[in-house]
Amino acid sequence: MTTAPVLPDVDTELALPPGAEPVARSNWQLFRRRFFRHKLAVVAIVVLLLLLVVCFGASWIAPYPKNQTNLLITPGGPSAKHWFGTNALGQDMLTQVLYGGQISLKIGIAVAFFSTVVGVFVGAIAGFYRGWTDQGLSRLVDLFLIVPELAILAVAIERLGRSDNAFIIVLAALGWMYIARVVRGQVLSLREKEFVEAARASGASGPRIIVRHILPNCIGPIMVNATLAIAAAVIAESTLTYLGLGLQPPATSWGILLNQAESAVTSTSQFYLVFFPGLFLILTVLAVNFLGDGLRDAFDPQSPH
Amino acid sequence: MLTYILRRILYSIPVLIVASFFVFWGVRTTYDPTAKYRTSKDAARVIAEKKKELGLDRSIFAQWWSWFTNFLHGDLGISYRTNDPVSSMIRKAVWPSLQLMFWGTIFALAIAIGVGVYSSVKQYSAGDYAFTGLSYVGIAMPPFLFGLLAIALLVTLPVEKFHLSQPIFYSVGLHSEGQSGFNLDYLRHIALPVLTLTVQSVAVWSRFQRASMLDVLNADYVRTSRAKGVPERNVIFRHAFRNALIPLVTVVALDSAFLVGGLVVTEQIFSISGMGRLFLDALTGGDAPVLLGWFVVVAIFVIVFNLIADVAYGVLDPRIRVG
Repeated sequence: MTTAPVLPDVDTELALPPGAEPVARSNWQLFRRRFFRHKLAVVAIVVLLLLLVVCFGASWIAPYPKNQTNLLITPGGPSAKHWFGTNALGQDMLTQVLYGGQISLKIGIAVAFFSTVVGVFVGAIAGFYRGWTDQGLSRLVDLFLIVPELAILAVAIERLGRSDNAFIIVLAALGWMYIARVVRGQVLSLREKEFVEAARASGASGPRIIVRHILPNCIGPIMVNATLAIAAAVIAESTLTYLGLGLQPPATSWGILLNQAESAVTSTSQFYLVFFPGLFLILTVLAVNFLGDGLRDAFDPQSPH
Repeated sequence: MLTYILRRILYSIPVLIVASFFVFWGVRTTYDPTAKYRTSKDAARVIAEKKKELGLDRSIFAQWWSWFTNFLHGDLGISYRTNDPVSSMIRKAVWPSLQLMFWGTIFALAIAIGVGVYSSVKQYSAGDYAFTGLSYVGIAMPPFLFGLLAIALLVTLPVEKFHLSQPIFYSVGLHSEGQSGFNLDYLRHIALPVLTLTVQSVAVWSRFQRASMLDVLNADYVRTSRAKGVPERNVIFRHAFRNALIPLVTVVALDSAFLVGGLVVTEQIFSISGMGRLFLDALTGGDAPVLLGWFVVVAIFVIVFNLIADVAYGVLDPRIRVG
C-alpha cells in the first residue's frame, strides 16, 4: 500500500496517516469491504432478499389465496383492493405474481446450484488431468455450440413433461458446460503455478491439490457464473412458458402470467397485466446481474480494497 | 489460409454428423407418430403396421442412417402435418428469417459500434453512464417481453391516444396486403421485429465494443500517435477504431446461434412465417421430419457463419497467422 498515492481510485481511508501501523485484514474482511463498496450490488442483494421473502412467504403475505378466481368482479387495473389489478378470471394479480415468483426463482436457484456443482467437478478434472475428460468436454461443447439452445430446450422439455423439475433438469444439463469451460480455463493456468508445484512436491494427492489449492482460487469466476446461470434460467423458463412450450396452468410462474396477458397488447387499459410480472422478471434478472458484478469485483484481488 | 479453411470444414463434418444423430435420437424418441392410433380398434396391429410402413420398427441407428443418406441426396422427407416435402417448406421459411437476421445484424452492429465508441471516448461522462444503464436493462430484458412492451407502447398506445386509422409501426407480418419489396411499408413492418430480435445483442455488443475500444485507446501505439501530434479525430477513427473492431467480429459470429433462437420468439410475436415459426409449428404438431430438417439446416448455417467470421478475423488482423 506504499504506492497508494499513485493509484487513481484509492480509498482515502486507506491512505495511512504518517507513523500508523498498517492494519492486517483477512481475506473475508477484504472481500466484504470490496463487495460493500459496490453500491449497486448491495442494492441488488437487498432487492433479491426482498423478492425471495415476498415470493416464498406468499402464503402469509399474498392478500388472496392462490389461483382464487372471482368471476363476479370485472377485471380491472390496480386499485386499493387489488394493488396489481385482476385478470380475466378475476384472480388477484399481486397474489399470482408472488406465487409465480416461487416457481421462477426456484428454477433459477436450483439450476444455478446443480450446473455449478457439475460444471466445477467436470471442469476441474478436465483442466487438471487433461486427457479424455478434456477432449470429451471440448467435443461436447462443440456439439452444442451449433444448435440454438432454445430449440434444444423446447424439445427436451416436451420429452420430460412440462414441469418445473423438468426445467431444472434440462437447464442444468445444458448450463453446466459453460461453468465447466470457465473452470477448466482457470485450472489450466493455475496448475502451472508455483504453489501447486510446491503442494505436489510436499506429497499432496491430485484430488487434494484440486480441492485445497486450486478451487479456492477459482471461487470468483465460479460465483459470477453461478449468478449468470440464475439469470439465464429465469429468462429461459419465462420465454418457453410464454411461447406455450413450458409450464401450464394451474401452475403459475411469471412466464405463465405473461402468456395469459396477451390481451394487454391490443388494449392499453390492460397494460398492467404485462407490466407487473414483467417488472418482477426484469428486477430479478437485473439484481442477479448486479450481484454478479459486485462479486466479480469483490473476489478480484487486483481491485482496490 | 486455404488449408486452415479446409481443416475447419473437415472438422465441422463429424461434429455435424454426430449432432445430427443426437438430434435424430432426441426427436424420434420424443414424438411417436403412431400415438394417434392408440385408441383405434385392434390398436396393437394397426400401430405395428404403421411402424413398419414408416420404418420405425428398425433400430435407431438404422433409422438414422437411412434418414442421413436421404439427407445427403437432398431429401429431407415429408412433413407429417402438411404432407409437403420438408426441403421446400424450409426453403420458403428461410427468406423472411434471413431478412430479419440481415437487418438485425446490421442494425445491432451500427448501434453497438456507435455507442461503444462514444462511451469509450467519453468514458465516465453522463452519456457513458446512461448507455451503461440502458445496456444493463437490455441485457436483463427477455426479447419476448420487449416485443410485448413494444407492441403495447409503440403500436397500440399511439393508435388509442391519437385515434389513428392505422398504426405507425405494424405488429403483424412483413408486408401489408398486396404490398411487396423494399419500401416504407416494409420498414414499418420490420422495425419492431428487428428491435425485438436484437435488443440483447445491441446491449451486449455495445459493452464489448466499449471495452475493446478502451483497450486500444490505452495501447502504446495510440499514445505514440498522440505524442507525435496526430489530431485526436484521426487517432480515434484511423488508429484506434479499426483495431477495436476486430474482437467484435468473433462475438457477432458466436451469437449467430443465439439469434436463430431469438427468431423463434420474434416470429411468433410478430406473426412472421419464417424458420422460427416453422420450428414452433413442427414442435407443437409433433412433426418430426420438419424438426430434424430444421435442426440440420440451422446447424449448417451456424457453422458456415462461424467459419466466415474466422476467415474475416484473419483478414482483418494480419497479426493472426492461421495456416
